Amino acid sequence: MKIMNHYPDANGHFGAFGGRYVGETLMPALLELDAARQSAMADPAFLAEFRALLRDYVGRPTPVDFAARLTAHAGGARIYLKREDLTHTGAHKINNTIGQGLLARRMGKRRIIAETGAGQHGVATATVAARFGLECKVFMGVEDIRRQAPNVCRMKLLGAEVVPVAAGTGTLKDAMNEAMRYWVGAVEDTFYVIGTVAGPHPYPVLVRDFQRVIGDEARGQMVDSIGRLPDMLVACVGGGSNAMGLFYPFLDDPVEIVGVEAAGEGIATGHHAATLGEGSVGVLHGTKSYLLQDADGQVQEAHSISAGLDYPGVGPEHALLKELGRVRYVSVDDRTALQTFQLLARLEGIIPALESSHAVAAALREAATRKPEEAILVCLSGRGDKDLAHAVATIEKMGL
Amino acid sequence: MNRITKTFQRLAQQNRRALVGYITAGDPDFDTSLAILQQAVDAGIDVLELGVPFSDPTADGTVIQLAAARALRQGMTVPRVLELAHRIRAAHPETPIVLFSYYNPLLRYGLERLAKDATAAGVDGFLIVDLPPEEAGEMRPALSGYDLPLIRLIAPTTPAERMAAITRDAGGFLYLITRTGVTGVGTLDQDRIQQLAATLQQQSPLPVCLGFGISTAADVRQLAGLANGVVVGSALVKIVAEHGAQAAPLVAAKVRELRAALDPDIKGAAIIYPAAP
Ligand SMILES: Cc1ncc(COP(=O)(O)O)c(C=O)c1O
Repeated sequence: MKIMNHYPDANGHFGAFGGRYVGETLMPALLELDAARQSAMADPAFLAEFRALLRDYVGRPTPVDFAARLTAHAGGARIYLKREDLTHTGAHKINNTIGQGLLARRMGKRRIIAETGAGQHGVATATVAARFGLECKVFMGVEDIRRQAPNVCRMKLLGAEVVPVAAGTGTLKDAMNEAMRYWVGAVEDTFYVIGTVAGPHPYPVLVRDFQRVIGDEARGQMVDSIGRLPDMLVACVGGGSNAMGLFYPFLDDPVEIVGVEAAGEGIATGHHAATLGEGSVGVLHGTKSYLLQDADGQVQEAHSISAGLDYPGVGPEHALLKELGRVRYVSVDDRTALQTFQLLARLEGIIPALESSHAVAAALREAATRKPEEAILVCLSGRGDKDLAHAVATIEKMGL
Repeated sequence: MNRITKTFQRLAQQNRRALVGYITAGDPDFDTSLAILQQAVDAGIDVLELGVPFSDPTADGTVIQLAAARALRQGMTVPRVLELAHRIRAAHPETPIVLFSYYNPLLRYGLERLAKDATAAGVDGFLIVDLPPEEAGEMRPALSGYDLPLIRLIAPTTPAERMAAITRDAGGFLYLITRTGVTGVGTLDQDRIQQLAATLQQQSPLPVCLGFGISTAADVRQLAGLANGVVVGSALVKIVAEHGAQAAPLVAAKVRELRAALDPDIKGAAIIYPAAP
């Protein structure tokens, strides 16, 4: 069955998921954005400028790197890393903000806003705002401001205003609520740069199409390196953008695909962010997808050591891929992610983001059960500088 | 005939406007909320918008966000909201009750079950803030066979062609959002509202009510002439926030004040709705 190029439909539905569940005030802006998206993506000049910036400013293509010592440690399949940590600003998030920043400029919007969890999307948005001369406001939960302090510093230095959000648990969901509220009041002159493949249509498709460069590059690089496609892809899933970016170009290929959610303190404790694994279908932040919710439809708090995965929703295309059985979604807990964070540093000299550590941990598990001639490609979505203080303190506290 | 339609017809015959009151169900707790709602209706609310609390109310300002949080902390659920509606219905057989909600709690309850149970509870329609006509494809069939219109929202950002498309499947009344932004805050631009209301009235025979940012008797006086009614929400909910268990008579007093401002030229209005003590 072919999946690529079949979704979403004209109203942004990925099968039973997706759509535009927003107040009427925002509907005209979303319709306008979708029209602008379609015209931009069909405009060779727009695409050429996007590609040039990815090359010269972001530093693409990012390499695919064979992790020999990690492979030996796992004792099975060969593990390759797609090095998004080597991009300018240190995570895949910049691919999307370059695209949306260009789109904002094309639409004549001088002010941009964003939500952020780990701060990587906030930094990437602030970076693009500086580069394009746009005004920028980033909404960030107070808990995330605490645990991702270096990124708050970066955003301010880049000239963005960081708006602290104290509501709820002060994490990504709350930041997104507040960004949406602000946007309702400023929609006539403000572009909302959503950082993942969630939110109302057209964001899930817009962000996927800007992120698919990860997978498009990786296909060619794997063929160059091993003469064929990898046997398995692995990526972490918060909202799901690095994963969609890697997975999308492989959806119609005979490649096994694994998405990794955060199991937090453990699935059994109820304190996790395994939306696809443990959630149920619902509507949050303008899209229908899987959701962590209670019996009465109230959204539950997610829990993860990793701010970028600490979200009770997930992009609608992942919900579809789960339903189709095309992607297998697994989870990795805080403890294992922190151990893997240290392991990758010691075995490969790479300090990964805590989000990416979840993907590497799952890849290690998978590799151990497979033959040495098999190849697993992992999206190393970002670097761990932002996590150092928080991760090291937690590692000490947990005695890891 | 639906109580919403009946109420607007009666008001039109009396040359009066509707006071639509939004109050979050179960804030600060079930019993106090019931007292607040009953007294508010007695004091002159013509159409009650009963708010279903939601954990992530992205269309609401701080006042209604906090009200939802209080109600949820007290264990408010969709079944309890329906129970509240049922209790109000028992005491007020004619007052239209509209459930004002985000989509997710209703979806989770089950749309067909909701239509059946809401009808049994005496609910007269739904206003679902995050369900534009484009996404109402699963709600419409669930409501078919029931007299439960979907109240439609029109925003200042809505272009005229889109207004026409929205009003086509609308029922009850039309809710014209008076400014861009969340509930509760902001200033009103009378010229723009007048223009929007006039366009809307040309396109649809349904009554038009104005809402968002209307909180004082002066706001009500300023806008009353432009449409068939006004919606007041945060101004009432704020009284609940400040006075908790003692809020009911104070909410009622505010309703009387707003009601009097709405019908200044109706003889005897002050007698029907005596001034606040
Ligand atoms: C490095 C990194 N990886 C992954 C994520 C998770 O987001 P997504 O699932 O959209 O890729 C984040 C989010 O902040 C991140 O910073």
